[in-house]
Formats: sequence, C-alpha cells, structure tokens
Amino acid sequence: MTRMKYTAVRVLTYGALCVGAAACLLPFLWQLRSSVMTMQEIFSYPPKWLPETPQWQNYRETFKVIPFGRYYINTIFLVVMNIIGAVISNTIIAFSLARLRFRGRSLMFALSIGTLMIPTSVTLIPTFIEWNWLGGLGTFLPLFVPAFFGNAFFIFMLVQFFRTIPFEFDEAAVVDGASYPRIIVSIILPMAKPVIAVLVIFTFLNTWNDFMGPLLYLNDSKMFTLALGLKSLLSGYNSYWHILMAAATMVVAPLIAVFFIAQKFFIEGLTMGGIKG
Amino acid sequence: MKLKKETLWGWILILPLTLGLTLWVAFPVGVSVFMSLFKWNMISPAQFIGLENFRFMFFQDHLFWQSVSVMFLYTLTSVPLQLALAFSMALLLNTKVKGMGIFRTIYYLPSLIPVMVSTALWMFLYNPQFGLFNLMLDGLGLPTQEWLRNPDLVIPSLVLMSLWSVGNIVIIFLAGLQNIPKELMEACTIDGGNAWHRMRNIVLPFMSPILFYNLVMGIVGGMQTFTQPYVMTNGGPSNASLTYVLHLYKQAFQFSKMGYANALALVLLIVTVLISLIVFQSSKSWVYYSGDKK
Repeated sequence: MTRMKYTAVRVLTYGALCVGAAACLLPFLWQLRSSVMTMQEIFSYPPKWLPETPQWQNYRETFKVIPFGRYYINTIFLVVMNIIGAVISNTIIAFSLARLRFRGRSLMFALSIGTLMIPTSVTLIPTFIEWNWLGGLGTFLPLFVPAFFGNAFFIFMLVQFFRTIPFEFDEAAVVDGASYPRIIVSIILPMAKPVIAVLVIFTFLNTWNDFMGPLLYLNDSKMFTLALGLKSLLSGYNSYWHILMAAATMVVAPLIAVFFIAQKFFIEGLTMGGIKG
Repeated sequence: MKLKKETLWGWILILPLTLGLTLWVAFPVGVSVFMSLFKWNMISPAQFIGLENFRFMFFQDHLFWQSVSVMFLYTLTSVPLQLALAFSMALLLNTKVKGMGIFRTIYYLPSLIPVMVSTALWMFLYNPQFGLFNLMLDGLGLPTQEWLRNPDLVIPSLVLMSLWSVGNIVIIFLAGLQNIPKELMEACTIDGGNAWHRMRNIVLPFMSPILFYNLVMGIVGGMQTFTQPYVMTNGGPSNASLTYVLHLYKQAFQFSKMGYANALALVLLIVTVLISLIVFQSSKSWVYYSGDKK
C-alpha cells in the first residue's frame, strides 16, 4: 500500500515538473518556430504550427532591415567598459572596507548599503538632468561611467568574501614592504577569482539587458544597443514578426551560451544575494 | 598630527565610492528635491512655483491617482503569485527525482531573457489574430481574447507574463530548501508529524527570511515596472496599464515637465521607503532568524 502511494506521489511530482517545464519552454519554442517562418505562414488561417521549410535566411534578413551588427558592437563595447569599471572600482572599494581599519569605514559601508533602498527610477530624471549639464546626452558615457564608481550590491558581495581571506597574508606582505595596491593585485584578486567571476557575469547580464539607460541617453540610431534596436524594430516593422523573432533569438543566444559555460557562477551569484538572512 | 598610512590608503581606495555616492545619489536626490519646486521644460529658464507641483499631483492630476492604483494593483497581484509559484516550483525541484539538473535549468532559463526580448515575445504571444494564446483558445473551441487591448485583461496579462520569469527566485528558494537540516525533518517524522507539520513547523520558519527578502525585492521591483507597459501598451487601453514610472517617464520626456517629473520621483522615493519600513516592521512577527535568541 505505502509502495503504491510512493509511486503515485512520484508520478504526480514528475507530471507537475513536466507541466512546469513545458510552460517555461513553450514561449521559446514559439519564438524559434516563428523565426524560421515566412510572413504568410505566420498570418495564415487555419494556423500553421510549423514552417513548411525553415526560412533560415530570416536571420540574414535581420541585418539588412536594421544595422544589427552595429548594435552588437555597441552592446559589446558597453559590456566591456562596464566590466572593466566594475572590477576595478568594486575590488578596491571592497578591499578598503573589508581589510583596512580607519575612521569612517563603517559609516561609508552603511551609506553604501543604504543606497540599495533607493530604486533607480527615483534618480532617473535628476541623473538625466545631471548628464545634460555634463554634456553627456547622446553619448555612451552615461551608460558606462557610473560603473567606475562601484555598485552597492557588488561591494557588499565582495566585502563578505574578502573578510573570509586570512588577514595574515596582508600583514606578511606589509612587513615585506608591499603596498596596498600590490596586495590587491597579487594576493586578494587571485584568491577572489570565483567571486570576481560572479561580478563579471552579472555586470554582463545587466548591461546586455539594460533598456531604460539606452532609451534615455541614446538618440542616434547608429549608437543603439541590441535591446534598443529591438524596440525600434518593433515600432518600425510591427508586422514583420518573423524578422522580430529572429532578431530576438539573436539577442538571447549569447546569453544562453554564457549561461551554459558559466552555469555554476549564475547559481552562486543568485543565492549569494538572496539567501543571506 | 601624522595621518596613519592605513587611514590614508583606506580613504584613497574608497574614493570611487565617496565620489559615486555624491554624483549618483546625493546630487540627484538633491536636484530632485530642488527641481520639484520649479516649472521647467529644460529649454526656457526654470520658474519657481513652490509646492504647486505637489498640489497639482494630489488634487488635479487624475492620471497620478490612476498610475498609483495601477502600480499597486500590479504589484499586489504579481508579487504574491510570483512567490507562491516560485515556492511550489522549488518544492517540486527539491524532491529527489532523476533529471533534477535539467528541470532546474529549464525553470531558470526564462528569467535569463532580457526584459525587452520577453516583452517583444509576449506581445507576439498575446497577438489577437495569430498569437499563441488565441490560437490555443481557438483550437480548444474557446472564445479568443483581446488580451493587451482589453482594459480588464491588460494587467492580468502583464502579471501572467511576469510569472514566466520567476526562475531566479526558484533557484534562491531551492538553495534555501537545501539548507534545511535533514535531522530536523527526520525528527519531526519520527515524532509522528506528516508533510503538513513539517511544512508548517520547519520549512516555512526556515524559509521565512528568504521569503521576506524576496517579498521586499518583489514589491520594490514591481513598483518600478516600466519597460513592459511602455513597449506593449504605452499605458493603454484608456490608461489601464499606466504604471507609476511610465507616468513619470511620459511627464518628463513626452511633455517636458521636468519639475513635475522630479516631484513624482520624490513621492515614489518616499512611498518606497515607507512601504519597506512597514514590511520590515511586520517582519518581526513572522520572520524567524535561526541565530536569534529570544
């Protein structure tokens, strides 16, 4: 009897898991299916569930409709700049907060954590005004310069990690006459590789996915990012769903590739932020 | 007095943080407070009007109240549903089944999608003529829907879309579930406890800090919703999906009412902080921290 009950529970669990998985995958499959159909097939009634012959040239077509290659380069440029800024700034800030003793340290740490409470949409308009005064509208500057000033979430994450590295390393290095920058580069960074990887991946994700920033600051269509390019495609060619779905797939593909290469760090990054009580 | 080397270096190394807090937090909030007292379109000189922006907001701008109610309607329906769904998915994934790794990956994937891509994709799914949802309804012989074009369905449609990408919360919950000490669960079973007892007395108390964290993040995030309504409906039909941030954006960039937009941003800041405080206060009665001594 218990054996039967056990099997029943097992079957139900599998059933529920599969229903969930189908719900997660179905929109993706629909996107892929539509990206290789002709416009007529998408509009046809009764509906065609699959294309007659896959129209792979839809993907090439995308590059003719909008400067998609350009958008890739712009986005990659911003990703690289943001990663450089985030790694340098967050490392040195977190090193100072985690491993040096000085007056005002805890206050600065608390202030930094406090900014996590402020939603970005609150500072959106005044920051835009600020960039207007600085003459940064219509340039890439507002989209990567802030990365060089640290990010409260990353600082918190790195400080937590840096505190777990034994302090004897620093002390020995100081006795040997090493400077603090030297300690960061030769001792802390090599030990912090996993957490730096998390930082790099999440900076990549945030920059790749950012829509509001480019929407606000870029107005020359040659400077658009992929996310913004997709929006302009959506408003300019709103019945070209096959092209749109092909473009959407190409925006997502690098993310999926990075995810499968670095899956471990995704899980680590998510749980590091979410699980600390 | 000679400055200690460590102090000097400490301040040098956090210089980016000090500058960052000034440039991207203190200064913008200051500008927001200051400009909220002006009428300004960014071209002609700003004109001081005192608290007129706030008077207009509370007593005349019916779109302000509309956007507040849309914001709360969306947040209060989507966040509880997201947490409940993510929690059930995490419980399912926490059972010892074969292929758990594959299921975990599949459940996570949708939350990897950039919001602009998922927005475009779901616009297509909701398309009244050839979108997946209406094709399925039609195939089942059910009446098709107007989804995003129906004022009563537009918010439920956005909520449904938000449920698709709860994968990151699932992963966070799953990690939490896996941290629950096995001995406790076994002890409860030996004492004659059933699944419900284990859930009520062990799993939920253990998970409460994580649930709490995600509740706060969900509420704050829900109140920021912009891209989906901006791209999908531009706030329509008849302002049924005009979220607060979309209202703010339109005032600033469509109508060039920069002073008024700053006043709106300031009110959002105050409301967000108040809500966070309320949630924090209430958490004392239901969030259990295992390190606590009471």
